[in-house]
Amino acid sequence: MESSVDTKLATRPNDNLGRVASLKPQGTVSTTKRIKRSFRQIRAEKVFRRTLIIVALAMVVLVLGIMVTLVIESTLSIKSSGIGYLWGKTWDPVRDIFGAYPFILGTLLTSFLALFISIPFSFAVAVFLGEYFPTGWFSNLLKNTVELIAAVPSVIYGFWALAVLVPIVRSFESKIGVEPVGLGIFSSALILAVMIIPYAASLGRSMIHMVPSNLKEAAYSLGATRWEVIRAVIFPYTKSGLFAGILLSLGRALGETMAVTMVIGNTSLIPKSIFAPGNTMASVIANEFTEADHPVYLSALIELGLVLFLVTVVINMIGKRMVSRFTNE
Amino acid sequence: MASNHVKYRIGKSTFFKGLTILLACACVVPLIFILIYILQAGITKINWHFLTNLPKPVGETGGGIANALLGSMIIILVASVIAIPFGILCGIYLSENKKSKLAYWSRLCVDILQGVPSIVIGIVAYFWLVKPMGGFSALSGSVALAIMMLPIIIRSTEETLKLLPDSLREAGFALGLPFHRVVLKVIVPCGISGILSGVMLSVARIAGETAPLLFTAFGNPYLSFNLLKPMQSLPLLIFNYATSPYNDWHDLAWGASCILLIWVLALNIFTKLMTRKWKVQL
Repeated sequence: MESSVDTKLATRPNDNLGRVASLKPQGTVSTTKRIKRSFRQIRAEKVFRRTLIIVALAMVVLVLGIMVTLVIESTLSIKSSGIGYLWGKTWDPVRDIFGAYPFILGTLLTSFLALFISIPFSFAVAVFLGEYFPTGWFSNLLKNTVELIAAVPSVIYGFWALAVLVPIVRSFESKIGVEPVGLGIFSSALILAVMIIPYAASLGRSMIHMVPSNLKEAAYSLGATRWEVIRAVIFPYTKSGLFAGILLSLGRALGETMAVTMVIGNTSLIPKSIFAPGNTMASVIANEFTEADHPVYLSALIELGLVLFLVTVVINMIGKRMVSRFTNE
Repeated sequence: MASNHVKYRIGKSTFFKGLTILLACACVVPLIFILIYILQAGITKINWHFLTNLPKPVGETGGGIANALLGSMIIILVASVIAIPFGILCGIYLSENKKSKLAYWSRLCVDILQGVPSIVIGIVAYFWLVKPMGGFSALSGSVALAIMMLPIIIRSTEETLKLLPDSLREAGFALGLPFHRVVLKVIVPCGISGILSGVMLSVARIAGETAPLLFTAFGNPYLSFNLLKPMQSLPLLIFNYATSPYNDWHDLAWGASCILLIWVLALNIFTKLMTRKWKVQL
């Protein structure tokens, strides 16, 4: 046993003993080896640092590239329609008239309706998990289930809505005396509302967690009830965080494509009511992109993509700013 | 008088507590409905024949989704190969250089990319790859999905590595280790759980993405292994068959939805369990 340990020590080239016995010929060999190796490592270090910088630069280039590509490919349409593109009321590819107003209106209607429906639910989840029951198996289960809502693919939401939600909406419409189509802005808003619950909920929950407990305790000691504490302390304190959560949900809703495309009914007319079929910017692109047969048509669709990109980027940036300012305070 | 007012306030408080609990639990109802409905509609369609055969043309019963299953796997695999090294390296850069100007811009770009609608990424991939190469291809779909994976991987890598104590890094440097070995042999192994869970989450997210594949991978009714040709994938198959008017195709789509749903949910739940287990060990 002992002898094997000895030979191991002797044969290990980078062992400290080698440095002590550097006068011996084997010692000089291992020294030059070591120097060579440290040079190699210094070089590798430089290469590694450079790779990291290149990767980080590539990230910036990627996003700039996305923006530049969208702008370049939509110049044709920007030139031919000008700024009037945004409020042109007709979209007629056959006659080369491109006005995005019906789609912008459809996008805003579905997104804000969905937001309106989902806010009470996501705030309820946030308050439930942040204030009433922060721990315990049930709140853990609820938290994980709500997060799973975001995990289900949107095409599956769309398919389910097509098979289950649309007939329900249709019978509801015939009851209240609207033309029973089923497909339309109302159905898409409903399914969108389900899909965007988790975004505002999880952000709101973490914000409510951060409310200092001495603030809450001060209110309790003044005799406030649970609800009064929530309304007078927690909501004002987390105001900006909750608002940021709404913005992030809105960003999701604006860009959501598949579920909306499947249930909105796809018509280029201006929707007359919230039960009428319509189209959103994303769904027009999804439907017509591969059918666009002349350059101006294609370019008009890309301009829609550009508008969508800019709007979602601005909304997301404002939301992120608010969150980071809140967490830094 | 006063006691009445107190009673009113307590009653109000109880009412809002009840309302909150009711609304919070109501959120889960649609998810449960969707899960049950899809499992019921889909599980009966799934059998060996369904998994190993190609879809039949309209009018013939039977047929399967082998091409979509394989296509999905290939597209996701290629996307992961592109995105994982890139994302982890970028995350390392962001966590190692917190204050540099490039890190600020890079972080901003990650934030922007996270919010970009998937359909816009599809358009961009179309102009970067499909048009120059002269046709729809699985590779372009993979690139589009890789772009969508990046922000999640970068964020989770950065957040995990930020949490590691500086003393780890300093201990490595004190031993005379060069920078790349400190990062690759000390820091990354310590944060591997967070990085891996980010990777899994990103895979789970892109597994169900349809919009970027519409103009890139495009879909294909046959079995194909060629990365430069159109390829079918599960979400695309669901979208195409669900919006078709034929009942046979709807059945195929229900089966495919069921498989996709189980796949995505299993990935998510597995990630959660994994991170929880590792957190306990840390």
